[in-house]
Amino acid sequence: MTDASFPRTRPRARRWSREALLASVLFALFAALPVVAAAMDDTFIVFFTIRVMVFAIAAVSLSLILGYGAMVSFGHAAYIGLGAYSVAILAEHGVWDVTVSLPVTLAVTGLFALVTGAISLKTRGVYFIMITLAFGQMAYYTATSLSAYGGDDGLTMWGRTEILGSTALTDRTTFYYVVLGCLLLCYALARMIVASRFGRVLQGAKQSEMRLRAVGLDPYPYRLVAYVIAGMMAGLSGALLANAAEFVSPAYMSWHRSGELIVMVVLGGLGSLAGAIVGAASFLILEEVLSHITQHWRLLFGPFLVLVVLFGRGGLIALIPGGRKQ
Amino acid sequence: MSVTLFAVQTLNGLQLGILLFLIAAGLTLVFGVMDFINLAHGVQYMLGAYLAVAAYAVTGTFWGALVIALVGALLVGLALEMLIFRHLYDRDHLDQVLATFGIILFLNEAVKVIWGAAPLTLPMPELLSGSIVLMDGLLYPVYRIALIVAGLAVAGLLYILVAKTRAGMLVRAGATNAPMVAALGVNIRRLFMLVFGFGAMLAGFAGILAAPILVVEPGMGDNLLILAFVVIVIGGIGSIRGAFLAALIVGLVDTLGRGFATDIAKLALSPSAANDVGPAIASMLIYVLMAAVLFFRPTGLFPARGG
Repeated sequence: MTDASFPRTRPRARRWSREALLASVLFALFAALPVVAAAMDDTFIVFFTIRVMVFAIAAVSLSLILGYGAMVSFGHAAYIGLGAYSVAILAEHGVWDVTVSLPVTLAVTGLFALVTGAISLKTRGVYFIMITLAFGQMAYYTATSLSAYGGDDGLTMWGRTEILGSTALTDRTTFYYVVLGCLLLCYALARMIVASRFGRVLQGAKQSEMRLRAVGLDPYPYRLVAYVIAGMMAGLSGALLANAAEFVSPAYMSWHRSGELIVMVVLGGLGSLAGAIVGAASFLILEEVLSHITQHWRLLFGPFLVLVVLFGRGGLIALIPGGRKQ
Repeated sequence: MSVTLFAVQTLNGLQLGILLFLIAAGLTLVFGVMDFINLAHGVQYMLGAYLAVAAYAVTGTFWGALVIALVGALLVGLALEMLIFRHLYDRDHLDQVLATFGIILFLNEAVKVIWGAAPLTLPMPELLSGSIVLMDGLLYPVYRIALIVAGLAVAGLLYILVAKTRAGMLVRAGATNAPMVAALGVNIRRLFMLVFGFGAMLAGFAGILAAPILVVEPGMGDNLLILAFVVIVIGGIGSIRGAFLAALIVGLVDTLGRGFATDIAKLALSPSAANDVGPAIASMLIYVLMAAVLFFRPTGLFPARGG
């Protein structure tokens, strides 16, 4: 469908508008959902969608580095866990206000991403996958050994973060829209990064590092900054997750969870931020639906995943009409 | 920290190292030769253990169970290769990670459905039960010594196979440059399949050996898989020698760390703080080791040449 006379500029313009269209539809659906749920008198679906949006934030952040920077981080769940623990540990010490907990969360996850990213990005390919996994495991084992904060059993938060002394977040609908706002913010930021000069260097490094070096650009600092931003975004989703569940546990950081995040991103479609949101939503919905059919839902989900990889190239986003051709 | 305790822990570390090597050998060959990340390799270890338990229930002897489970592990490995993996060799690592992740989810759950979630045990063979005195005050179970010996024997055999035989030469050549080997008229697909089945069998063997001394439960392969990946990354991907040395290092560091980290922490910290910090440091030790190795040698200690 590509117009031969404009091989370079046209597809990009079309892809952008398609991405923007998909994103607008998604955000409109999210915004309308509490109203519909209230009409149906269904509270479960609101809780469930909060969870979807929280994981969508993490998936968008992973999509930023995986889909656009080809950094297959197998330790991304660590940032969710670090964010969640930052909030819960502060709460345990009586610090509930968002003006403290949010900067702390971002500082902790940003610092962890800066240090581990600086080391990890020295390696390439499978070594990068494994070293990010190693750092994820370190965070996981640190959490299991925090006996003062529940260790293996996790830590219960007796309430939600306050905003300048107000407990507005205890209201479900308010909390819902705060999470939606965070998702919108993260999506817009990631979108901006991808479209910027910075983002083009990132994508250029994915295509050919050598070519990038030839024009005098060292991709290392670009990758590192992207990695830190993604880590902080995942940290934010962790802070929201701790508030949503009012509970944190080392299981948030297990390597299975990191694997699931990768599944979400790829399921939705690599190289599309809105796709990451679709991926997170479909993963969680599928998990929910299948677990109603049988408690052994993994028996169905595992083969589904294999089939998606074998036959469904391009992810769910490729199924949407007008999709780009492979 | 007595000498006896140290000796026992060293032997335990060797034993973990041997198990890790049996798993890592297949993983590193598959990775080195086919450039294929097989996360499902850990479930091969689990399947070996479960098949042995099932076969024991039928035959009533450990040795019969050993043979049946080995054949079973080989067959499952070959079936997975034919059904799924061979379609993924040309894909990028991400697709391989995803598909094999799906297989892990499926097989862990399938084992739970068939055998239940409760841990099972495999009785030790009569011949190898009991303990012997290794030195003054050091009583060590015969089975564990046999495990170390069997593992070392397999390692030796594998070395001869890879370093001295024609098949081994092709495998090494394949690890360095697979297209070139194929161009020389070798059926690379069949070579891949053989390497794959053999690796699956080695992992199954490790599972069978571990079954009598560890519990057999769903997901038992997952943590060992991560350890095995740590081993092959430290050793250098595709290198059997690297995997062997790295497996022993990781086994020893992990076991000795768990045994003595708290005591060492007590030298610097208060007892209660040391009790908190010790186990955490012990669990992290090998990941710190791996990060350090990769920082200084980004392709591992003994990178396979040309890889």
